[in-house]
Amino acid sequence: MSQLLDLQHVTVDFQSKNGLLTAIRDVSLQIKAGETVCLVGESGSGKTITSKAIMRLIDYEHGRISEGSIVLDGVNLAKLSQHELRGLRGKKMAMIFQEPMAAFDPVFTIGNQIMEAILEHQQVKKDVAWKQAIHLLERVGIPEPTLRMKQYPNELSGGMLQRAMIAMALACGPELLIADEPTTALDVTIQSQILQLLQELKAEYQMSILLITHDMGIAAEMADRIIVMYAGRVVEQATSEQLFEKPHHPYTRGLLRSITTIDSHRGNRLFSIEGSIPPLTDMPSGCRFHPRCPYATQKCLLDEPPLFEINGRQTACWHGEQLVESEDGIGKSEVMPPIAVIEPKHDQHHSTLQRQLLFDVKGLSKAYPVGKGLLQRASSLIHAVDDVSFTIEKGETFGLVGESGSGKSTLGRVLLQLEKASKGSIRFQGLELTQLKTAELQKDRRDMQVIFQDPYGSVNPRWQIGDIIGEPLMVHEDLDATVRRERVEALLEAVGLKRGWYERYPHEFSGGQRQRIGIARAIALNPSFVLADEAVSALDVSVQAQIVNLMQDLQRDLGLTYLFIAHGLHIVRHISDRIGVMYLGKLVEIAASEELFLHPAHHYTKGLIASIPVPDPKQKREPFSLQGEIPSPANPPSGCRFHTRCPAATARCKEEPPAWQEIQRGHWVACHHPA
Amino acid sequence: MKEVISAKTVWQAPELQANAQRRGREFDVSQLFVYASGLVILFYVLCALAPQWVAPYEPTLMMTDKILSPPSSTHWFGTDYFGRDVFSLTVYGSRDSLFIGVASVLVGGLFGGALGAFSGYIGGIVDTILMRFIDIVMTIPGILLALAIAAALGPHLFNIILAVAISAIPGYARVMRGQIMSIKSRPFITASRSIGTPHRTIILRHVLPHSWSPLLVMATIGLGSSILIGSGLSFLGLGIIKEIPDWGALLSQGRGYLTVAWWICTFPGLAITLFVLSVNLIGDQLRDMLDPKTSRGR
Amino acid sequence: MCKRFLGRILASIVVVFGALVFVFCILYLLPGDPVLSILDPATATPEMIENMRKELGLDQPFHIQFGNYFAGILQGDFGTSLVNSDPVLPKILLHFPATLALTLASTIFSAVIGIVLGVLSAIHRNSWIDIVARLVGLFGISMPTFWSGILLILIFSVYLGWFPAMGSDGFMSLILPSLALGFVGAGFIVRMVRNSMLEVIHEHFIVTLRSKGLSEKAVMYRHALRNALIPAITIIGIHIGDLLAGTVIIETVFSRQGIGRVIADAIMARDLPVVQGVIFFSAIVYVVVNLLVDLSYSLVDPRVRRAS
Repeated sequence: MSQLLDLQHVTVDFQSKNGLLTAIRDVSLQIKAGETVCLVGESGSGKTITSKAIMRLIDYEHGRISEGSIVLDGVNLAKLSQHELRGLRGKKMAMIFQEPMAAFDPVFTIGNQIMEAILEHQQVKKDVAWKQAIHLLERVGIPEPTLRMKQYPNELSGGMLQRAMIAMALACGPELLIADEPTTALDVTIQSQILQLLQELKAEYQMSILLITHDMGIAAEMADRIIVMYAGRVVEQATSEQLFEKPHHPYTRGLLRSITTIDSHRGNRLFSIEGSIPPLTDMPSGCRFHPRCPYATQKCLLDEPPLFEINGRQTACWHGEQLVESEDGIGKSEVMPPIAVIEPKHDQHHSTLQRQLLFDVKGLSKAYPVGKGLLQRASSLIHAVDDVSFTIEKGETFGLVGESGSGKSTLGRVLLQLEKASKGSIRFQGLELTQLKTAELQKDRRDMQVIFQDPYGSVNPRWQIGDIIGEPLMVHEDLDATVRRERVEALLEAVGLKRGWYERYPHEFSGGQRQRIGIARAIALNPSFVLADEAVSALDVSVQAQIVNLMQDLQRDLGLTYLFIAHGLHIVRHISDRIGVMYLGKLVEIAASEELFLHPAHHYTKGLIASIPVPDPKQKREPFSLQGEIPSPANPPSGCRFHTRCPAATARCKEEPPAWQEIQRGHWVACHHPA
Repeated sequence: MKEVISAKTVWQAPELQANAQRRGREFDVSQLFVYASGLVILFYVLCALAPQWVAPYEPTLMMTDKILSPPSSTHWFGTDYFGRDVFSLTVYGSRDSLFIGVASVLVGGLFGGALGAFSGYIGGIVDTILMRFIDIVMTIPGILLALAIAAALGPHLFNIILAVAISAIPGYARVMRGQIMSIKSRPFITASRSIGTPHRTIILRHVLPHSWSPLLVMATIGLGSSILIGSGLSFLGLGIIKEIPDWGALLSQGRGYLTVAWWICTFPGLAITLFVLSVNLIGDQLRDMLDPKTSRGR
Repeated sequence: MCKRFLGRILASIVVVFGALVFVFCILYLLPGDPVLSILDPATATPEMIENMRKELGLDQPFHIQFGNYFAGILQGDFGTSLVNSDPVLPKILLHFPATLALTLASTIFSAVIGIVLGVLSAIHRNSWIDIVARLVGLFGISMPTFWSGILLILIFSVYLGWFPAMGSDGFMSLILPSLALGFVGAGFIVRMVRNSMLEVIHEHFIVTLRSKGLSEKAVMYRHALRNALIPAITIIGIHIGDLLAGTVIIETVFSRQGIGRVIADAIMARDLPVVQGVIFFSAIVYVVVNLLVDLSYSLVDPRVRRAS
């Protein structure tokens, strides 16, 4: 079959303040007509640059293709002028982006922007374009397309905007669709809908898709072929089956092993690739992966490996062939040595301490007023958390999951009294937190600490990391400077950083290292409880695993209790003993981790789990996924809040809010018709 | 992509970064202007502090034989209708003009900054009321307000300073408040609160250190406009009537001789412009340096 | 939409009232006896001063004075001049058209120059037009208007003789003053538009537009410009107030009759009611202009329009 797109040895340079930076080097890839190719890699791997190079959008960002050719259907894009390219962009090749909210011009209507693409490339009248646009919106599953045409981007949800974006990209029937992390900014249920839509449209429009993602699950689900990039180079290229069956490059292998799946054993330690991704300004010599590679030799350090053809696929590793031979069957099936201590220790806790409660939350609500002005009274309330009751036991990890807008982060903040509760009680170690005075609360904060989502924003950029980590000590303990420094240095070591880095500033650290700083600060006072609010969500997969392992080690050593809030379900499953599921401010299900995933009782939980892409191309998951989107919390549905999206909803669900019932020991659910 | 380029790692030696920055700057022409501006400002400061070192003549010296003589090698800026050397007058005139500018920025910046910081940190109803009040004051354009105050208080140096300072307070207050509000919402403040750090410590150690820079930028650019307003007031005749006129008064006096002696007005005006221009250039540079948003595209 | 409209108008009225109180307070609280500035302290007997006080109502307590003034304002009576007992409001209204013409002309001049240069300089960054624009911006905000006005007179009246140097009759006499005044505005607007345009150019949606195959022209002038103008409009609105105030100096430089001159003369004569009246009047103009700007916002920015 002929190649639709053929990249040969493409190198892209960027003009920057510090001189010329090479963003991607010697990248070759092909896409056949009708094929879906996934470009996977972590941040900084150059996958987005590659896609922008194909569209030649890098020209606007001080970038240029310094070497190689990009041939689309016989035309070398690298040699075209911007004027000639314009005729191809949007017509022969189209692109959709990661953040649909930012990708539309806020001051033009959706309809206007879709029509613009049509009118640019087709000789049609406005009314024809209008009809075409409505048709497209209908096709991508947007309800009431005529109304949407006249709406502005801020009036649509992220999921709807991404659909509209797809409609816009399809406007002129492109042969190649480039999708740059199209679902990363969306919730998992919406992600699943969008991916399904892309599959359908690909067949319908007979186009090729270049899908860029960091999620191996998405790649497994969507791709015919997968190209793995690392630090601006292609390191491996294989069909989807080949790659997941037997990854050749040590990086791919590490990546596949560091993701958690429904099959991985919870007691096991996560595999992680040591170190972090090198920045563009400081690329290692030789094989760019060698500083993190367990198999690196002298040769790897000195010479850059080309893409070798092995077993009908490509790998850029000097030792690829040997490694595959010597460790045949290694793949993802290999189990990591279990951290045997974790689970037994938990049992111990349970027996000796007799399920001692750390947190006892009853009827907790948090409402925010909306549309409040100086003279007006609040026109309505948003119930971010509504009548939630649960407990957290000492020494356990309680996971909290749900789509954005479910109120999980608000619940976390209210729990720690970072925001005042509107109603309900929170007992922490027998103490009623909602009644505490500010001064008392400040004192008691030493027992409950937080690890935040944003490793960049949650540390003061002007402080040395020693001072950042030492801040809690300064507030709560009267130590002299040398003792404090000693404590901080010990903490640095405990989280895997060097003692000598005390005087460095946060900007000198990578995301993963900064998260370690955040963790060190959280454990500085030996708290009994730590809230991890999306603590690993902003990190790359290989780094995520390091942090999760660190958190588990610390839990074991210090006897911590975690509340782990995240939207990545597998990570939550891996780390949590029990998991609570939230939907629109309500807690809908609580169960032990395994139990929840194996026998989800609430239909929402079921839908959530079914929406997760499985990183195994052979295991195509059933096309069941939740329809629709989470409604606005300002105006939640009556009865069971989930009834609008529930496949099992009955008339009763519409009227009567379901009661909280225990269907099995420790398995609670709020549903009239539990599965 | 942006993130990747800017992300620096532990392994990157600091010397290397410094070198790269230095190399980048060498070819930046605007950098040259900034240095030039610095020198200009230094020269003005020298004029204001020690005019006798710079001015070739006594400003009060009336050379009756040289009335209204055009610029020449002996009188660079020419002479006025009393036969005074315009260059020397301009040099001596810088003293009051600069003093008014600097003092009013200090007074206005201090009061405005404190007001804005207070309002922003307290928030709630106090903030709303204060900001409405600022809105009201802002409906009266700065120079009108200054005029009215200066007129009511009478011509005295301190009254002029007060007038200019008061008219600038709302601007400073708004900037400071905005800054405080934005810092307050940053995650590291929440992080510090979650640790149990008391409010006082948060304000002193987290919030304030982050709020100086925009105030500094604002004050620098404010210095320019304060000098413009101050000299405007004296141009209108509200300034101090002294033997040695400041820049505004110098222009005002020269205006009557426009048709016969262009130089009396032109040079002092140029002097004001050059100074304000330099201050603004420095202000722009400061803002670019302190604000990551504007420096990204460079 | 209608509710928002009414709300804004109501808020504006409150602000105008606040401005009235503020102006009154400032002038009341400040030391200095207006009576002494009318009567010569050397010749006036204490009795004469006392009588004058009574006549002007200055012996009354603050709230009575304010009440009287406020009641007058409501009936369109801004008080009378201390110097010649002329009523203040007719005087202001008489001279306002000349000032309005000057303000409008300089606004148009500065908006056109400012927006065109600002946009071009952002699009063609580091080109010669960018350098010109940055210089205009820098000089605009750095040159005192009384100096640029004098320079214009020197060049275009004294030496070239193209335009009259003074007076307020006819179109020709309007050109130089509005250039001098408008140059300041142009400086502010150039800087503002350039910055906001640069910011918009880096937004994500610009990449989307390019990926659709739109021409750079369409991307810049249809999309980026419209986004960048939204903040620029606010600045222009705020700036009209400054322009209005700037007329005080410009009208003096060009010897034009306008309310700027009125207040300048009144200040010299310490004619308090006139000063008060003009300041209050300009506050009203400022509020009205900003109300208009605010409402025009909703025409440009759909986010505001739909938010109501």
